[in-house]
Amino acid sequence: MSGAGRISSGVRSEGASSPRPAARDPAPSRRWRAVAQAALVTLVLLALWEGLVRLLALPPFILPGPLRVGRALIENAGLIAYHTGITAVEVALGLVIGAGLGAATAIGIAVSPLARAFIRPALIVTQALPVFALAPILTLWFGYGMASKIVMAVLIIYFPVTSSFFDGLMRTPQGWLDLGHVMGATPRQAMWRIRVPAAIPSLASGLRLAAVYAPIGAVIGEWVGAAGGLGYLMLLANGRAKTDLMFAALIVLALLALLLYRLVGAACDRLTARME
Amino acid sequence: MTSPGVTLSGSGQIAGEALFSDLRLRLVGGGWTCLLGPSGCGKSTLLRLLAGLDTGAVFTGTITAEDGLPLAGRVAYMAQEDLLLPWLDVRGNVRLGAHLRGLAPDGPRSEALIARLGLADHAEKRPSQLSGGQRQRVALARTLMEDRAVVLLDEPFSALDARTRAEMQELAAETLAGRTVLLVTHDPAEAARMGNRVYLMEHGGLTDMPPPPTPAIRETGHGETQRFGEALMARLRAA
Repeated sequence: MSGAGRISSGVRSEGASSPRPAARDPAPSRRWRAVAQAALVTLVLLALWEGLVRLLALPPFILPGPLRVGRALIENAGLIAYHTGITAVEVALGLVIGAGLGAATAIGIAVSPLARAFIRPALIVTQALPVFALAPILTLWFGYGMASKIVMAVLIIYFPVTSSFFDGLMRTPQGWLDLGHVMGATPRQAMWRIRVPAAIPSLASGLRLAAVYAPIGAVIGEWVGAAGGLGYLMLLANGRAKTDLMFAALIVLALLALLLYRLVGAACDRLTARME
Repeated sequence: MTSPGVTLSGSGQIAGEALFSDLRLRLVGGGWTCLLGPSGCGKSTLLRLLAGLDTGAVFTGTITAEDGLPLAGRVAYMAQEDLLLPWLDVRGNVRLGAHLRGLAPDGPRSEALIARLGLADHAEKRPSQLSGGQRQRVALARTLMEDRAVVLLDEPFSALDARTRAEMQELAAETLAGRTVLLVTHDPAEAARMGNRVYLMEHGGLTDMPPPPTPAIRETGHGETQRFGEALMARLRAA
């Protein structure tokens, strides 16, 4: 681990240093300090929130304090868990389907110039159109159940996955392609054995974005029309002036999104480390 | 395997301007031909034409092998960058050709090559865990694994430090013996050391520079090799 050792081993180190990036594996003490710092910041913010609510004597239906929200969270644990499950399934399915479709499209337009000529402009046009504007139509077509929310999540992550993976596929180092050509690889073999693995880090950055966008898509879908899910629960609570329940659902949604981001991020890190 | 001589003759243009014209490059069958020239003189273009790779140039002329058979499929290629795939270990990189073509690799042969190039202890390592010299040895093993009659080397040793370069030159001379080798280089000392035939490329033409009678590979400190290298250097500087 010593930096001096790595420098002295020089260019021709026969005993090869192992250059695994140290940043991926922070020392446990540093990780704990980061956790402690985050906890402290959260506590301070919560205290400020509670203090503000009490100081200004805000009515609970405008802004409930964190203690009240916490109580709502505990009292409605079963209800919130049920709706969290629905949103989680929508997001997970949307992510899997959207990532799969996006990756397949990227490979398709990387292989075929004809497909590129047709699909790329269409992709950019669909991206210019706010996906949220489609939510009512999707609800009309796919109903109030999960399907319309999954489609919404798929639509919203399809473009970032497609475009980042496609960029990666088109940026394969020329030397590798030359080598493959001289070795007699067909374009298809070069695609699957050189270009796709070389583009995995790009795909990973698209997936990280997708993990952020997918919950947004699902919740927008739920707001427009749904029979369940955290977005639906928020609207329901809002209609009944149960602002504390609304905040509780919001916090769970934030935690769900954060958890998803960390899970996808960890998976992407592992995948990228295998490829680099 | 008999390794035929190969002749490239013709003209090349880039964007309407002549890169070389009426040029004739003859590779010694079963020996080393060195193509020496300053950067940007078009020597890599000639190598890429022989390899069947895109050059961005329009070539009018012929590429023929002495035995009358087509050259395609009988060429191996090694570049200045090692071009190792970072997601494969040393063994996987050595067996890359078969992997790319979707064929089963010749296991015993690849193990023998890995051992012969002193990589036996590193077979399971990723390229990122190797030194520059080790990486270029893996690239040489991968080139040998292809077992082709004609081997095209595009400055494969120029990024190495002096000692590693000398070792790699010896290892390449030993392991590629009997094959038709084209070595493109900008280093006069390397050309003087390695070439059975040495061409100097300047102003879009080739000059045949007869090397000393000692057989290649020549010792670095040897008098006539050194003098030949200096003569090449003088010609390069005058160009």
